[in-house]
Amino acid sequence: MSKLELLRIENLNKRYYNKTALSDVNLSIEKGKIYGLLGPNGSGKTTLMKVIAGLHKQTSGNVLVDGEPLSHKSKALISYMPTENYIYGDYKVKHVIRFYKDMYEDFQEDTALKILNGIKVDTEFRVSKLSSGLTGKLKVALALSRNAEFYMLDEPLNGVDVLSRDVIMDLIMKSYNENKTMIISTHLVSEIEKILDSVIFLKDGVIELQGDAEELRLSKGMSVEGLYKEVFRNA
Amino acid sequence: MEFNNNIPIYIQVIEKIKQEIVTGKLKPGEKMPSSRDYGNNLGINFNTVARVYKEMEMEELLFTRRGLGTFVTESEDRIGQLRYEMAKKQIENFIFNMKQIGYTKKDMIKFIETENYLEGDE
Repeated sequence: MSKLELLRIENLNKRYYNKTALSDVNLSIEKGKIYGLLGPNGSGKTTLMKVIAGLHKQTSGNVLVDGEPLSHKSKALISYMPTENYIYGDYKVKHVIRFYKDMYEDFQEDTALKILNGIKVDTEFRVSKLSSGLTGKLKVALALSRNAEFYMLDEPLNGVDVLSRDVIMDLIMKSYNENKTMIISTHLVSEIEKILDSVIFLKDGVIELQGDAEELRLSKGMSVEGLYKEVFRNA
Repeated sequence: MEFNNNIPIYIQVIEKIKQEIVTGKLKPGEKMPSSRDYGNNLGINFNTVARVYKEMEMEELLFTRRGLGTFVTESEDRIGQLRYEMAKKQIENFIFNMKQIGYTKKDMIKFIETENYLEGDE
């Protein structure tokens, strides 16, 4: 195993009853890079993230974080933002922040307040009253305010207007550094491709293609989005 | 900067920096922004900028001083050479495209001279 490797997945399978969600997935995620986990709805992106986050148990195969099987220790390394709206609606934003502070040792309240101030989310706002754009930004802000080594953002651009998308991309870029690793899932490829180091195409639970984004542009003579369309056209 | 996603981003950034060097927008010996700042500025991943700097160091157009940052080459010769390389590439493209539409080299020179394309730019 290389020193740069943060996450290693070997022969991973996940079945729900008789439905196969992930099939023989092998992956190596290196430290300090941003990965795009790309695929249409239902391709298994969320399942893969939930398995890595330790929320779903794999049917078979290994998931190693920093060389060790998933445990409470690896979970503490990972800041995971689920795609669903998981924040309790009756809370005010300040209550959510307090909750995160209690929940996660590495949560940086200052960072969160600074980000929220920058994106004009008042901490007195009630979560259920936020627009979907603001809710999306709040979720990303909370996930990025943890001082984690490894971030997994599931569909951070989904259901969010174009301007909010730019804000979210900006937040991601500003909190990213060479000691952090990110996996971002999306089907909105053109928006995000210029910030990705590496891409993983997931099709019907199978990894169809993975590689360095720039090398793919060079060797295929097309954008990641173009390649995405080619791979998934018949999906 | 608008990017064409069909071409590797690092190649597009290299072209931009080269242009700024030959036109003097970037001065010899000038300090480049950190890859982080430059990446944020262009809205791209700073690993991409790090790659740009590395490639341009190999081409001896940039150099790094440990702990101080990345700088534009101080060699006027190298910059002159770069300018020559870039011009050569443009001319070669031009000749290739003209040949595609049936021009000989002689025709090309005649065309440029008779149409007075070279006047008024002294």
